[in-house]
Amino acid sequence: MTLDAVVTRGHPTFEQRAPAALADSQLRHNLRNATGTIRRRRAAAVGEMPDWQALREAGRAIKERTLRHLDHYLLQLEAAVERADGQVHWARDGDEANAIVVDIVRRHGETAVVKSKSITSEETGLDAALSAAGITATETDLAELIVQLAHDTPSHILVPAIHFNRAQIRELFIRELGVPGLSDRPADLAEAARVYLRRKFLETRIGITGANFAVAETGTVCVVESEGNGRMVATLPDVLITLAGIEKVLPTWRDLEVFLQLLPRSSTAERMNPYNSFWTGVTEGDGPREFHLVLLDNGRTDVLRDEVGRQALRCIRCSACLNVCPVYSRVGGHAYDSVYPGPIGAILTPQLRGLAQAGSLPWASSLCGACYEVCPVMINIPEALVHLRGRVVREGQDARGLRGRLDPENVAMQAVALAFGDARRFEAAQRLLLRGAGPVTRAGAAPGGRGPLAAWTTLRDLPDLPGQTFRDWWRENR
Amino acid sequence: MRVALFITCFNDTLFPQTGRAVVQVLERLGHQVDFPFEQTCCGQMHFNTGYQREAIPLARRFVRVFADAEAVVAPSASCVAMVRHFYPMLARLSGDERLAADIEALRPRVFELSEFLVRRLGVEDVGAYYPHRVTYHPTCHSLRMLEVGDAPLRLLRQVRGIDLVELESAEECCGFGGTFAVKNADTSLAMLADKLRRVIDTGAEVCTAGDNSCLMQIGGALSRERAGVRTVHLAEILASTEEDARR
Repeated sequence: MTLDAVVTRGHPTFEQRAPAALADSQLRHNLRNATGTIRRRRAAAVGEMPDWQALREAGRAIKERTLRHLDHYLLQLEAAVERADGQVHWARDGDEANAIVVDIVRRHGETAVVKSKSITSEETGLDAALSAAGITATETDLAELIVQLAHDTPSHILVPAIHFNRAQIRELFIRELGVPGLSDRPADLAEAARVYLRRKFLETRIGITGANFAVAETGTVCVVESEGNGRMVATLPDVLITLAGIEKVLPTWRDLEVFLQLLPRSSTAERMNPYNSFWTGVTEGDGPREFHLVLLDNGRTDVLRDEVGRQALRCIRCSACLNVCPVYSRVGGHAYDSVYPGPIGAILTPQLRGLAQAGSLPWASSLCGACYEVCPVMINIPEALVHLRGRVVREGQDARGLRGRLDPENVAMQAVALAFGDARRFEAAQRLLLRGAGPVTRAGAAPGGRGPLAAWTTLRDLPDLPGQTFRDWWRENR
Repeated sequence: MRVALFITCFNDTLFPQTGRAVVQVLERLGHQVDFPFEQTCCGQMHFNTGYQREAIPLARRFVRVFADAEAVVAPSASCVAMVRHFYPMLARLSGDERLAADIEALRPRVFELSEFLVRRLGVEDVGAYYPHRVTYHPTCHSLRMLEVGDAPLRLLRQVRGIDLVELESAEECCGFGGTFAVKNADTSLAMLADKLRRVIDTGAEVCTAGDNSCLMQIGGALSRERAGVRTVHLAEILASTEEDARR
């Protein structure tokens, strides 16, 4: 067992989950189509912007400054929301956030809520908490509705049902929404969901949203979306609850200018989102009569302590990194076992949830760097990945004493480090490998072989070994 | 110019012909090549796998061995990327300010072969002859960490006799990723399968790149498939001459 397998005990690791996903040819096909299309569209939308790199730089700088003074901006946000007759609640973790929401719903004597898309609410497990309290939550984002009806979990940040294709959605709607004779035309599928949801919007008194941004100077919440369901949830119910991670705060409206360019182009490959909703507290005679903003920590202040890892908090959830990732686009989201999959999830989840529970995720990358290249806020994901790998290994070595030191991977790495530590030892190791590797190679290449060489040689030959090393050639010829 | 060759442990042991090719190209261009025998490994494998404390002495050794070199050249983009981008992180981890300063002093003098030839020396035609159909795979670290851009292609376009064909989705990772290929073997193979298909689709007889690690991944599968395509390091193509072809 390797170090990371041990530290993630009780939780299947990424490498344990990946093979089933890779073997699912329907999933592979759906993912290949969907990520390929979004990837091409994003490249075109970004290509239109001559100042894209400057915008990325601005996005990075604004987020960095805001996170450095997060306490200040959060208090400013709280004061502004309260000035506008909204109520602010602070939640240390997911359970606290869920309890706050359940309490508000109960106080109004309601048993149903409508929700627009909120990954943060998935992070806290809000739907399950509401259900346990006897409250029915209806997801109104089309893809979230699909996932909810299928009793499944999202597998993508922007496109939660990316693992479904049209035929699968048609089957689901016929079964769950009771629409016999439904075709698999996108317009027909959307219409079926629309008819179902319209009734929910009109009869439900409490709405729950997430937030893309929260502006500290005015206490304004911003949600951008494509379907209009977010606008409905934010305007039709009497009571509106917004759940937001504390990193969603931006100091001023001027800062929004940068992010309202970066986000749609990176995310849906649109120049501007079809629906851009902003609300500030409560407005007499217009929209909800009660507004609650629940601000969630849930590990974020711990992440701030890590100088390299904290750049993950700059994330604006665009999901561009998922779509370009050669790992995500083959394995899909479920192998990450987190509401935050893909490259950003591989650095965010272990930090939010703890290295002990998600320690295999930083290794779910070939470090190809495609994610960093597209990130609109310039999160150096490869850097954060290797940094977190270092933390997982060091914590394993330090916390586990002799057992940690005797871990086979650790023993091998220490032995190789020893050989590399001295040129004579290195040359001895080279000779050992070149002379002794014949049998090693054959054993590793044999069907049913064990160990790392066996994994390598399942579908690849090993290179022919040279007769002499480079340094021996140099000695003889120079 | 006096050039110190950083062969890299991987090439030294498994691909010595690549090292010989680098020496041939640089000497043909009139430069003097040194090979410091005290060099071993830059520490990339340890660092990327999380064994970062173990990589600190290797960084220290690298800096000591190459401290006085006018230019350090390596036929591996990922090893150069390790020095250029991750040594500063390693120095921070060590808390050794002297090491950090030494790294800063050395970093600008460490080059991957193609960027050294095209950017530092301003050479594109190295006098090579290679009458084969070739496709070029830009490795991730050469592309996105070193940003070598089209430097390797500029060199290849000047090679006489070459039939250079474009690789579809060339910029997508081959799935090697060092210990990733072992730890996440299934995912690595899924990535490799797509790269393989695209290489074969070009109809090339040779797939080249600036890193033998990626080429070992691609070449290992091409060999197993009996695809009839071989992998050859960029340096070896640049070293080939009319005399080699007649031999």
